[in-house]
Amino acid sequence: MELNLQELSTTQYPVPADMANNVAITSLSKLYNWGRRNSMWPMLFGLACCAIEMIATASSRFDFSRFGMEVMRATPRQSDLMIVSGTVTKKMIVPIVRLYNQMPEPKYVLAMGACASGGGPFKEGYNVVSGIDKYLPTDVYVPGCPPTPQALLFGMIALQKKIDGESLSLMDDVPWYGVGPSEPTPVPILGPDIIDPRQMDMIRRRAESGARQADTAVMDVSRELPAWRSPALATGAVAEGGSGTATASAEATGELTAIPGGKAPWEESEEIYEQRRINALRRKAIRASRRTQEG
Amino acid sequence: MVDMTAPDLDLKTGSIDDAIANLKEKFPDAVSDDTRAGYGGVIVDKGQLREVAQYLKQNLGFDYLSSATAVDYLGEGQHTTDDHLEMVYHAYRTSGGSALVFKAQTDRDDAVVPSLVPVWKGADFQESEVYDLFGIKFTDHPNLRRILLWDGFHGHPMRKDWKEPYYEEEAKPFGSRWPGGQVHRAEEKTIFGKNVQYPADIDLSRLTDISESKLYEGFGMGVDVQKVTHDGVETDQLIVNMGPHHPSTHGVFRMIMRLDGESVRDLEPIMGYLHRNHEKIGERNTWLHNIPFTDRLDYISSMGNNHGYVLAVEQLLAHNKRWKPPTYRAEVLRVLMVEMSRIINHLWAIGFWLNDIGAFFTPVLYFIEERERMMDFFEAVAGSRMMCNYMRFGGVFADLPERLRSTANLMNDRVRDYNTMQFLTEMINERIPRTIDDLEELLTENEIVKVRSIGVGILSKEDAINYSTAGPLLRGSGVAYDIRRADPYSIYPELDFDVAVRNEGDMYARYSVRVQEMRESIRILKQILPRLEYTANESATANNGSHGDKAPLGEAYGRVENGKGELGYYVVSAGNKRATSNPWRYHVRAPSFINLTPLGAMSEGMKVADVVGILGSIDIVLGETDR
Repeated sequence: MELNLQELSTTQYPVPADMANNVAITSLSKLYNWGRRNSMWPMLFGLACCAIEMIATASSRFDFSRFGMEVMRATPRQSDLMIVSGTVTKKMIVPIVRLYNQMPEPKYVLAMGACASGGGPFKEGYNVVSGIDKYLPTDVYVPGCPPTPQALLFGMIALQKKIDGESLSLMDDVPWYGVGPSEPTPVPILGPDIIDPRQMDMIRRRAESGARQADTAVMDVSRELPAWRSPALATGAVAEGGSGTATASAEATGELTAIPGGKAPWEESEEIYEQRRINALRRKAIRASRRTQEG
Repeated sequence: MVDMTAPDLDLKTGSIDDAIANLKEKFPDAVSDDTRAGYGGVIVDKGQLREVAQYLKQNLGFDYLSSATAVDYLGEGQHTTDDHLEMVYHAYRTSGGSALVFKAQTDRDDAVVPSLVPVWKGADFQESEVYDLFGIKFTDHPNLRRILLWDGFHGHPMRKDWKEPYYEEEAKPFGSRWPGGQVHRAEEKTIFGKNVQYPADIDLSRLTDISESKLYEGFGMGVDVQKVTHDGVETDQLIVNMGPHHPSTHGVFRMIMRLDGESVRDLEPIMGYLHRNHEKIGERNTWLHNIPFTDRLDYISSMGNNHGYVLAVEQLLAHNKRWKPPTYRAEVLRVLMVEMSRIINHLWAIGFWLNDIGAFFTPVLYFIEERERMMDFFEAVAGSRMMCNYMRFGGVFADLPERLRSTANLMNDRVRDYNTMQFLTEMINERIPRTIDDLEELLTENEIVKVRSIGVGILSKEDAINYSTAGPLLRGSGVAYDIRRADPYSIYPELDFDVAVRNEGDMYARYSVRVQEMRESIRILKQILPRLEYTANESATANNGSHGDKAPLGEAYGRVENGKGELGYYVVSAGNKRATSNPWRYHVRAPSFINLTPLGAMSEGMKVADVVGILGSIDIVLGETDR
């Protein structure tokens, strides 16, 4: 949605004839977005293999400064866009979240490549975070391992389109148009494994219930659990007629459900997922209705 | 006490077998042959490990410790009956020749081995890595720490009984995926929806103990400012942290420095921010699965990584009855790709190093033009720009196409529909030499480059060997050690080229070595061109898969001279079977990782602005450093 000068100067508001070509009228959102989309400053921040392709994108052959992204800033305080270019490890997610918190709003995250989008080929690794979106709100995902420079450019253009759709009137959708700064993302802690402070309660309750069992037993139980979509399977439906392993897991998880006054851990995660899903649908609906209004 | 008499010159140049015989004679109780099927070298009693190592170094001339790693033989059943951990060392002579392999075994529950850092300083980081991943403690190690993970991480993940959160099965292909598998997301099977698991005795109240300040204290650099007195004036020493997010650390590398004014007094490298569990994943993978993973080690020269790995596994597969070695054309193609990768690697190494000493990105922009051309060539041949996944056991993935056609690359496309041989001839005879001439014209006699780099970051010849450095770092310090000549592989013996060496041992010497090596690579490529022409009718892929998908039992160590130095792969095929489809152990001897060992020593006394230059002159890639 590029600003069209012709369109701007021919408005419904009465403009004196002698000023017709000197005054432009548009909506504030459009103006904000126009400035923002064309001066996107990415952070000079490479993680892994994808960083090399990011450099190739920035350099002469592909040259993303054609889209207003010519200035890569090494400090987060001057950046608008974090290109997560590579595998996010548990050790690295701590500085990444800190960097994100240091970026001034409005800020965007682009997950470049398979690793940043979901763990990629290294997903099963014990030190690998399954995608940056486990910790940070992500705007654009670019597939590839690594994505070609063309793919990264496409992802950036997609982000520009996303920015075009932002509106001052939808503060739920775009938090920085609200009053005051947004809450910072809690910084993960390096404990025995990476700890997301948002899950602290869950971890604590699980540790309390699991303390009765051997270390490995707890871990095995977690693997035997069925997918979050069907917690009913774990709570007993399978126990009657299921296979041997399913029965075993149901028994073992039966042990875990006995948290005084609490819910089973997977129910809690179910809630989180459900909440996310509802939010996503709501946002989608808002965007769709806006599109129809504009269209 | 061992007799440390004057070194015997004959022994220092004799064959490996002579050395082993001499070693067994000298230490009859401690040294015995490794008689397991497919294994070589000797097993040393860990009580006398250090004496044996000292003797190897001083009397037998094995002055270079290439690789030190561990293997967990838990429940292996074929080679050993008892479960134990085993340290595996590969030592070389810098005068050339193959490796002397020696091993030391230790109990799993109380794993202690004497450290070899007093003998070879190059064991420093490697032993820390083994401690981190296997939990073997090294007595008398000066700075044993969790080098890749962090203090407080639960368990030692490379042990066979340690399971990752997304654990499915011991080996791929996983039953859930093949045959008849279904798509699922691993997150959905874990409680937290993330790749995490916590021990049952997790104490959430103690988490804040593991903090950054503790990290600093661990290096003997308290957060309290230390006072020093210069000429009666009291000044403060300053602790400065660089990284993991820093534009000059080439990725996610981190250094903590103690500064006295502008001078570095102490420097500690911290790594592991890109530790993506290459080796653990590699042990679950099948042999073939690992080839694309090696691409992602040193992601600037993926072809060289492929080459080292296939050489290692081919050593095992050669015991297979059906095995047919790669055809001559396949070897020619391999060398073609590897030497082009070396040029790319050195162009970028020099470009990024110049970034670090102040020429911000302009040199890289000069070099990237030829790099992009070669990327297009790789894309046309292997299907991908960077992660080529090109070599196979017994050959290469595909022969050269007749014409280079890039369908994906429609923007700015310079090599669309071009005759391949014509392209190569132009590149090798004209374009790359011209680029290197340009580079030399702009840089070699450049006053600023010389002032910034001559005499900075000096590494002496003795230290370079002692620290197990490799590649241009070693050769810039006056050691003419290039594996292509010292322990030749592929078709290098029949190719005519020189080993680039400089004696100064400073940043400028490393730069000169790289420039010279690119010229030597062009020399090699010029000899490759006629070979490509007269093997045009031969197949490069005929012997792919002639070996079946299983490797006979045994161990192998394949090493190549990659752009950054000696890249070695130690693979073990073991288990209670006749042949295995998955590696029991898969270890990468990463030059970027081991070349960082002398960084602290090289930076001491230098100005803080030079430290980034020194790091750039080592030329690291974090994918390989942290693996």
